[in-house]
Amino acid sequence: MSTTIDARGLSCPQPVLVTLEAIAEGSADRLEISVDTDTAVENITRAVKSKGWAVSGVAEKDQCYVVTVVKE
Amino acid sequence: MKAMKNIFAGKWSIIVVGLIIGVIASLLQKFGNPPNMGVCVACFERDIAGALGLHRVAVVQYMRPEIIGFVLGSMIAAYAFREFRPRMGSAPIVRFVLGVFAMIGGLVFLGCPWRALLRLAGGDGNAILGILGLTLGIWIGILFLKKGYNLGRTQATHTAAGWMLPLIMFGFLILLLVFPAIEGEARSGVLFYSTAGPGSMKAPLLISLAAGLLIGFLAQRSRFCTMGAVRDLILFRQTHLLLGALALLAAAFITNLIVGQFNPGFTGQPVAHNLHFWNVAGMTLAGLAFALAGGCPGRQLFLSGEGDGDAAVFVLGMIAGAAISHNFGLASSPAGIGPYGAQAVAIGLAVCLFIGFSMRKRIA
Repeated sequence: MSTTIDARGLSCPQPVLVTLEAIAEGSADRLEISVDTDTAVENITRAVKSKGWAVSGVAEKDQCYVVTVVKE
Repeated sequence: MKAMKNIFAGKWSIIVVGLIIGVIASLLQKFGNPPNMGVCVACFERDIAGALGLHRVAVVQYMRPEIIGFVLGSMIAAYAFREFRPRMGSAPIVRFVLGVFAMIGGLVFLGCPWRALLRLAGGDGNAILGILGLTLGIWIGILFLKKGYNLGRTQATHTAAGWMLPLIMFGFLILLLVFPAIEGEARSGVLFYSTAGPGSMKAPLLISLAAGLLIGFLAQRSRFCTMGAVRDLILFRQTHLLLGALALLAAAFITNLIVGQFNPGFTGQPVAHNLHFWNVAGMTLAGLAFALAGGCPGRQLFLSGEGDGDAAVFVLGMIAGAAISHNFGLASSPAGIGPYGAQAVAIGLAVCLFIGFSMRKRIA
């Protein structure tokens, strides 16, 4: 199942917190997280790695990024 | 996919950036900046408040070029790598208040997290108490984060709106060039200068400015953050940012040894006092305020440079907080804490707890 998360405009460390919450919640094996800074993309990439997930793609859209992470 | 991956995002990059900052900070002291204060964001913003006459404590007045460089260097990096994103609107008044109390707490300890590391690297054992306090404050902040504390979303805004703090800093630079320090004079045009004390100790302007620009550039790219270093370790068991902070500490320590700036001890340390309780308490307040605002005082400058207007408001809060600290007798000195320092820490902690408890919202 895929879940979308809108983390645009949230300051550090909220984008990572909401991503890890969604992973811990356990129902999804694929997350699409919208963020608006490069920092958030990097932080999410680092954080999901430690949970056994990986970034499968980063799409740029309207000054924002959609980060797709999947369970490995 | 994004065309170019940020080469500064890796583990070794943050370490190298920390090493560079540590060496530069120690050398700035060698070149004339105050002892164990090569780069101190809180102290230098306090000196800027003094240079503008917002407080009139004669020994801490100087328009520090390092702070100007931090913001402008970050802005250059943000533009060079297409990361300038003008944004604001995430509870700015709350960020202002957090900035005020972050500064008040910092000036009870006599430094920010950056200077805590530099004080330790110079042998000042009191810094250990400061770092303990900082960790305690950040830990309290994390409890709030786990309970859903957040200040809401930013909105994209006009490009020029994102330029506001960089423009203010540019204006400060112009003032500094138009009204340069005059030997032995306490005023030059509109600016106040210290003729004695820490405010009178300064590396040559161009060296300070170049150092600030370089650090601003590198820190924007690597997201260097001394508060995040502790927060991410406790909250996520992540050591990425911590490696950068430890690298700063190690590099400053080794450079201090080489240039003869390492003097271990707890008493007689430069621009420091050894009231252990207040060193812990002051930095607990500062750490909590930084955690609630999402970044250390340096990071707030770098974020301001990449267009974050809320971080800019936090910076202005810190400058206002410095004025309040010195005008109201809240700031410490080597003789001890200020006459109202204890009350200010208590009020600051109460305000931060109020903010932490009252500002929760489910955002997902």
